[in-house]
Amino acid sequence: MEHTTLAHHLLLAGLLFALGLTGVLVRRNLLVVYMCLELMLTAATLALVAFSRFNRTMDGGIFVFFIITVAAAEVAVGLALIVALYRRRGSVKSDELVTLRD
Amino acid sequence: MPDGLFIFFAALTLGAASLLVLSRNAVTSAMGMILALVGVAADFFLLDAYFLGVLQVLVYAGAVMVLFLFVIMLLTDTAESAEAYPWKSAALGLAVFFFLAAGAVWLFVWSGAVPGTAAGATPPELSANPGEFVTAAKGFGRLLYTKYLLPLEIAGFLLLVALVGVVSLSKDPVEANA
Repeated sequence: MEHTTLAHHLLLAGLLFALGLTGVLVRRNLLVVYMCLELMLTAATLALVAFSRFNRTMDGGIFVFFIITVAAAEVAVGLALIVALYRRRGSVKSDELVTLRD
Repeated sequence: MPDGLFIFFAALTLGAASLLVLSRNAVTSAMGMILALVGVAADFFLLDAYFLGVLQVLVYAGAVMVLFLFVIMLLTDTAESAEAYPWKSAALGLAVFFFLAAGAVWLFVWSGAVPGTAAGATPPELSANPGEFVTAAKGFGRLLYTKYLLPLEIAGFLLLVALVGVVSLSKDPVEANA
């Protein structure tokens, strides 16, 4: 821990966020897109924990606690929506769900 | 130079996240996601946030990803789940990734905006000052039931709303209309 600075953790968080956004743009399976969204959320929590540790305050950690709570609720609702979508349309591929475009 | 454990877990996290983004099979993607979340949890441990690391493994890598895998296996036909990358969106994704990654490297490493100080001494397990960074889970409880009591109640209510929402969404639409 001695030689790892705040910049290292922020860089890791930034790269994770970039990977997540890339996945959201490239992937066509809605479930994988949703996982990439979660990855972006996790990258943000990593930056929060790093700031919390290096500033020696507890508030960043508490924020992460709430983010994890909200993310769990959000995943449950989102997956229920995707299952409902699949029952209606028979697909979870975003390039096959083009009713509004046609 | 950061220490070896950080390099190891950072490489593991980024490799697993790449697997999540690049794998054509949804189940392999979910496995990459689990590994990436465990890597982030390990980084939480390196940052002395032990409680959050445990929470990350239990809630994210455990409960949330089991839910994801369950729905993936329910909805995706593994025989035809392999998806092709359209050339245009792959190029766009690559461009966005390099733009963001270069931005992160510039902002956090070269611009000098982030002070290069080390983390300093190991934080105490508990402290008389409730706002100070401590490693014990008790430090969270103390703040959650004083300064953050209202957000905690709202979070609990949010979980209830999500529960009711999921139950009503999962109802069979044909049966619900009858």
